[in-house]
Amino acid sequence: MEKPTGEGSAASGTRRSVLEVSDLKVYYATPTGDVRACDGVTFTLYEGETLGLVGESGSGKSTATSGVLQLVSPPGRIAGGSVVMDGQDMLALDEEALRRSRWRTLSLIPQGAMNSLNPTMTISAQIRDVIETHEGRASKGEMRTRVLELFRRVGLPGRIHDMYPHELSGGMKQRVCIAMAIALDPTVIVADEATSALDVVVQRVVAQTLAKVREELGVSMIMIGHDMGLMAQMVDRIAVMYAGRIVEIAPVRRMFERPAHPYSRILIESIPSLTERRPMRVLGGITHDPRHPPPGCIFQMRCEHAMDVCRSDPPPRPQEIAPDHEVHCHLWRRDANGEFVDMRDTGEAPRTGAVTAVVARDPGDSLARADGDLVGGGSAGADPEGVGDSGIEATEGASR
Amino acid sequence: MKGIPTSYLANRLVTLVLTVWIAATLIWLIPRLSPVDPADIMLGRMASGAGSVANADAILASFQARFGLDDPLWLQYLKYLKNIVVFDFGLSTASFPTEVSTLVARALPWTLGLMILSVVVTFVIGNLLGALMVWERSPKLVKVAIPAAMVFTSIPPILSGLLLMWVFAAKLRWLPLTGAYGINVEPGWNSAFVLSVLEHGILPATAIVVVTFGFWALGMRGLMITVQGEDYVQLAKAKGLKARYILYRYMIRNAILPQITAFALKIGLLIAGQVLVERIFAYNGMGKLLYDAILDQDFPVIQGVSFVIILITALSVFLVDLLYPLIDPRIRHEG
Amino acid sequence: MNEPIISRPESGTDEAVRDALPTTGAPAPGRTASGESTPGAGAPGTLSGTVAVGAVHPAGAGAGDGVPSRADARAARRHARRMRRFDNPWLDPKLLWGVGILLAIIAVGLVGRYAWDTEMVYTGSAPLKLPPVGFENLRKQPGVGEHPLGTDGAVRDMLSLIIVGAPNTLFVGLVASTIGMTVGILLGFSAGFIGGRVDDVIRVFSDVMITIPPLLILVVVQASFGDVSLTLMALLIAGFVWQSPTRLIRAQVLSMRESGYVQMARLSGASTFDIMFREMMPNLVPYLFGSFIASVTTSIVTAVGLEVLGLGPQRIPTLGRTIYEAINSGALIQNLWWWWGIPTLLLGIMFIALLLINLGLDEVSNPRLRKA
Repeated sequence: MEKPTGEGSAASGTRRSVLEVSDLKVYYATPTGDVRACDGVTFTLYEGETLGLVGESGSGKSTATSGVLQLVSPPGRIAGGSVVMDGQDMLALDEEALRRSRWRTLSLIPQGAMNSLNPTMTISAQIRDVIETHEGRASKGEMRTRVLELFRRVGLPGRIHDMYPHELSGGMKQRVCIAMAIALDPTVIVADEATSALDVVVQRVVAQTLAKVREELGVSMIMIGHDMGLMAQMVDRIAVMYAGRIVEIAPVRRMFERPAHPYSRILIESIPSLTERRPMRVLGGITHDPRHPPPGCIFQMRCEHAMDVCRSDPPPRPQEIAPDHEVHCHLWRRDANGEFVDMRDTGEAPRTGAVTAVVARDPGDSLARADGDLVGGGSAGADPEGVGDSGIEATEGASR
Repeated sequence: MKGIPTSYLANRLVTLVLTVWIAATLIWLIPRLSPVDPADIMLGRMASGAGSVANADAILASFQARFGLDDPLWLQYLKYLKNIVVFDFGLSTASFPTEVSTLVARALPWTLGLMILSVVVTFVIGNLLGALMVWERSPKLVKVAIPAAMVFTSIPPILSGLLLMWVFAAKLRWLPLTGAYGINVEPGWNSAFVLSVLEHGILPATAIVVVTFGFWALGMRGLMITVQGEDYVQLAKAKGLKARYILYRYMIRNAILPQITAFALKIGLLIAGQVLVERIFAYNGMGKLLYDAILDQDFPVIQGVSFVIILITALSVFLVDLLYPLIDPRIRHEG
Repeated sequence: MNEPIISRPESGTDEAVRDALPTTGAPAPGRTASGESTPGAGAPGTLSGTVAVGAVHPAGAGAGDGVPSRADARAARRHARRMRRFDNPWLDPKLLWGVGILLAIIAVGLVGRYAWDTEMVYTGSAPLKLPPVGFENLRKQPGVGEHPLGTDGAVRDMLSLIIVGAPNTLFVGLVASTIGMTVGILLGFSAGFIGGRVDDVIRVFSDVMITIPPLLILVVVQASFGDVSLTLMALLIAGFVWQSPTRLIRAQVLSMRESGYVQMARLSGASTFDIMFREMMPNLVPYLFGSFIASVTTSIVTAVGLEVLGLGPQRIPTLGRTIYEAINSGALIQNLWWWWGIPTLLLGIMFIALLLINLGLDEVSNPRLRKA
């Protein structure tokens, strides 16, 4: 499907969508009802762009992508919705067709590389088996060359070819996973918290590798994460999830400068600043029972602007308040000219005080310092594997 | 051998030697703790059986000297150890003056053959069935049938042997009742003999397999469930690898590691069970030899057989322990 | 902790559910009786009434569409009942059946002594080799009511044999395992907790003893000493049954030693004894039980093995000995199936019971094995 470009799109000209997820639902059966981990998620991924998926623990971001990848196992199940890739309805595929399309269309960089590699297989064997399964066998020499080339792309030394996973460091294992993910030149790569399990220095290296790989291959990516600072540097658009639903999708700049949904706003505001001291704002209210979501907007119980309509009607699907910027919130309505206005700007939005502010502690504290040293800005000595510096800074302290 | 850390090897060797030594000592010591001195019994029996044998006196005398039966206890012990090392267990009292080692040597191949066959078959089948019980893609029938079959594992091998014998040999007469090979068949490498051996081996082997596979299946089931939840298995599915390949290379290959350790631990029990089965089927192996010796109160044979069996067990454990690092790369590179 | 995308069957639920539940007020799933739902707790706000209240939504049924039909409600109850089994693994049917069978055998032994003339286990005045009631033997003699399970070649009553013999067999198993477990616990804890030299010695010793097949040593013992009493046999077997518990407990202790709650206990100055018994033991209970049952099985197998070989107590009726005599008297060929068959059957039942208990205990200690 083609879409005219708007402000903030990844490329000029019309954009092709490579993945369309529509009303995806993933539920888990429990003794007292289905937990709606992912409850009607809709988004589109365009060619060559990177979409970030953020949200707090339990927001359903990993579940949503496991639904897209069709890796949901009992007691979970895909309870509805559709996933269309390059025009192909993925949920309608039979088992064998699905298996054959895996990795070539959609590949995955998993969260814990520590555990994602088979301990009894060499690194090269694990990369080779996916290539051979989908492309057929090749000679030993050809395979070796191909694997070594993949290593080079991610900045891994060739000597690890015949090593076992336990002999590698965490960062190297993660990069092996990246190499594996790009092996078949997939259309979409899902990176599930690819840098979360690593320390800051290694995180940077891995993030740089990801960026480099993206550039070289032009692959579309979905990046799940909760390190907002890192997200800011790596993605084109950000989707914010709360309690199994997407509440806002916006180009990354806009999201940081002018978040539209109350939840996104809190999220952005909760990022400690490196340059100024601010009181910490904390979300009040209580979360709802995931088995019985309230009618109306799911954020109603924690929103400081909750109105009566929020409790009874779900927000109209989705409101595109600006090109490429959609939000699910009753606070945005059309005015007389058909334009969207934010009711908080017009003074119509109530305040229920569900958000509380925390007073900053005394000046002697070291909450966040503006020194460059503490947060490793700059590239002093932090380039051990020679991947190169594409301007990514380690952003410790800027994550939730 | 590549990749086996020397400290591990040394440790296993020490255990092996210790085991054999302690076993030998126990075997020597226990009869001597009984109120009746077995040495006297032995000599007495030998003497009574010596009537028809030429040179009986000389043989008896040399036996006494070899084992130092007139020497103080500690010297006897040392001589005993020295003899054990060269597999000299003395003379059988029941079949005087045959050397115990001769009798053992005759029976050993049969036991080994049956043992290797049944142990390997049990391990492979047991673990495979255990894995199939857990694999999502096993047919429903398989998943139900296996636990049902596992009920049989509750029965000790002797009893299963009895049952099988009764059903297949006594009642249905499909298979021979006893013996390692037919009476009218000439031993040797001819097809009639080999066939006969196989025919006679089926029931004993089945008896052992039927009751021991359940242990492996049960253990493997638990291990497979754990492995199934591992990240690397999920990633393998995401990679779109073929299901059977994932089963063997990602799941079984990792789940089996603790089973190999358990195997080393269970060998002792397996062999004991086998001895009993041999007895029931009058299979010409060490089991029958042992049983007859018990009946005849033939001490040297009892000791000799026991020792050899323990030696085999210890060696098997040692070999399996050596095998482990070859299969699990994580063990390989330590130390 | 964020849920990884690779959803484990259980942990997916656990995390999705755990992380997403209300942080105040509402109980966790599974502890709610079916029919209740979890209201949003009465927070300073007024939202408690708005969360859906009402019938449980079973998987697949339309959530909250109108009034659930009777069939839906029944299905929901059944579903909830099935799910509730998740909650208490100790009530698993396998466990209950297994324990029940064993208790039944013991009961038969106790009651039988009074209700039946067990002197008949030594000798009787009935004809030889009578079959059980309802069958005929080769000599066309039918079974009689005085000997409902028949007699053997020495005119001993089979029913008496079972009444006396079965509990004997269980006795050996239980005594041997109890002693073995006690030794195992002591050694295992010492090895794991004290570590160092003590650990090395214990470990090597148990490795060595595991390799030596108990049967053979016992053969040597019995051959040297002649007749043994039931208790003596149990003691001897115990000497070979402690190795597995030792290893198991040692491994568990080693892994628990470094865990948080043990460290805390140490830091707060608890004595070694306290730590071992108040902190660690409770967590070990399922493993201990499982190990115990396995030891019982092994002990009984070894005991029966000895008896079938003709060793073991000669004057005391046991199931194994009966089988031995049966084989020796050619019962197989003479078609005296009840002679060896009934003890075999009983042994089989015993082992099945032990197996069931074992399987049940497995599920207690490893929650992943419990199926929905």
